[in-house]
Amino acid sequence: MTTAPHPVTDEVREPGPAGQQIADRHVTRAKRGIPWGRILAWAVMVIFLLITIFPFYWMLRTALSSNNALATDPGSLLPVGLNTGGFERVFGMQDVETAIAQGGSGASINFWRYLLNSVAVATTVTIVQTFSCAMAAYAFSRLRWRGRETVFLIFLGSLMVPQIFTLLPNFILIKNLGLVDTLLGIMLPTLFISSFAIFFLRQFFNNVPREVEEAALIDGASKVRVFFTLILPMSSAPLATLALLTYMTAWNEYFWSLMVSYTDQSRVLTVALGVFRAQAPGTGPDWSGLMAATLVAAAPMLILFALFAKKIVNSIGFSGIK
Amino acid sequence: MTTATTSTRSAPPRRRKKDDTKLALLFIAPATVGLLAFLVWPLLTGIYYSFTEYTTLTPPQWVGFENYQAMFADPVFWNSLKVTVLYVLINIGVQTVVALVIAVLMQRLTQSTLLRSLVLAPYLVSNVVAAIVFLWILDTQLGIFNIFLQWIGFDPIAFWASETWVIPTVALVNVWRHMGYTALLLFAGLQAIPGHLYEAARTEGAGEITLFRRITLPLLRPILALVLIMTIIGSFQVFDTISVTTQGGPADASRVLQMYIYQNAFAEYQFGYASALSVALLVILMVVTFTQYWLTNAGKSDLD
Repeated sequence: MTTAPHPVTDEVREPGPAGQQIADRHVTRAKRGIPWGRILAWAVMVIFLLITIFPFYWMLRTALSSNNALATDPGSLLPVGLNTGGFERVFGMQDVETAIAQGGSGASINFWRYLLNSVAVATTVTIVQTFSCAMAAYAFSRLRWRGRETVFLIFLGSLMVPQIFTLLPNFILIKNLGLVDTLLGIMLPTLFISSFAIFFLRQFFNNVPREVEEAALIDGASKVRVFFTLILPMSSAPLATLALLTYMTAWNEYFWSLMVSYTDQSRVLTVALGVFRAQAPGTGPDWSGLMAATLVAAAPMLILFALFAKKIVNSIGFSGIK
Repeated sequence: MTTATTSTRSAPPRRRKKDDTKLALLFIAPATVGLLAFLVWPLLTGIYYSFTEYTTLTPPQWVGFENYQAMFADPVFWNSLKVTVLYVLINIGVQTVVALVIAVLMQRLTQSTLLRSLVLAPYLVSNVVAAIVFLWILDTQLGIFNIFLQWIGFDPIAFWASETWVIPTVALVNVWRHMGYTALLLFAGLQAIPGHLYEAARTEGAGEITLFRRITLPLLRPILALVLIMTIIGSFQVFDTISVTTQGGPADASRVLQMYIYQNAFAEYQFGYASALSVALLVILMVVTFTQYWLTNAGKSDLD
């Protein structure tokens, strides 16, 4: 299967002629009376947007509420008993008595540690994996060697293996390497390889004009130099998009980390959230604290997204298979 | 020598260039080590473990097909299969329809990047975050959705604790997280449909429904097929949401195949049996992929 069903970036897709014609048609349509169809369409769209956005608002509203007030006034659309106790519990800024009085479990949760672990894992995986896959993609795109196409097909084929299948054997491998409950153990399986990344970058390297490369080679530059000083800088846009997607995947990963990490030394945010959720005190879950924790866990991705929304949104498409 | 590159071919009188084999091996070395150690090797050992009794404390003991025989006789396995398929049907059914509606609405209404960003927002948070938020929103006593239900005159529903509701609930929570992303994939496909087709049909007097049925749907079919293959494979691997919320309960009502595999390996330490279950999931996924690929001719596009 050479046309892998994976979303592949194409750089900023402008609303082309097709979009323009759709816009024109709306103008002609708007001329005849009240556009009920369009009003209905917008109404449906707004409902979907509300469903999409409401849970985010609800996280914030609950995180800023007092846990005890939540139980008496659960239906208020605004924060009830406005306070920052939820966030204070998450970051361990409350003493045990206050925490329990406010409906927390009183158990210490080392959130800074989990945040740091998540940042360490996601950052290392993103940098090393992107670099390792860029090198491989360059070899598959621009270097001449025997067996190139065959080896590339093997890499492509590995896209077909579902993650679940490699989890158990990989756990045993990591265990035999003595890396259970370490950050390295969490990172290792995805540290060097993402067949998708190789496939994706190869497409871009293929499109870098060959003349540029030839000119540098004639000037006496080596292929290694061409890779670092020409190919990588010229592909900075797709590299950045890929890095963002990789960071997001690593940050949100749960199943594998759950298998490998047991104690605070390797616990990442997603796993910590699960533990935090399971530590419900006898009075019922600490919803205010839980929502504060989920917001803290989601915030870095939402901020990254706010900064690069245009790039990410426009990168979603299927250009790779056309 | 394999010089099957495109643009060297366009310059016919080329010098014989030197072979880069050594450099290429250096460049693919890290990725190849990763591929062999963490994808190829586990694929082989995973199949091997499925034929063994393995508790990780002692070395694996070859037992032939015993794990598979046990699996076929295991009612919990068949139940988990049933639950997983039910989950996939609801999840994919609702998600595909909703995503298609959002994509068509976006195509018709606006090219706004802001709107597309908002639609994508749930995809950025982890499954774990989505699960905990909906655990709260759908809480039987205090959840805002149940308060809303009571306000409009219904009884509150124990979404997470009822055997009937738990799988639809998990499926819909995951629809919430993935519908925007799926919609944007479909939207990208819609952008490729030439606008003049709609224009021509409209001058013939075709209405919106006809346009959708006669132009949008047939021309979107190849993209839709690929999106379906991707999302179904993802859907079969549901785990995070259930692990955080119900752990498979109430009773076995949400014990999907992945949950059962995880519990066999990490609660029962039956790695051999868990591996056999994984092989079953792998086989199911392969059958699903090939059937779909064959049924829909996913590679072909009506626009070509």
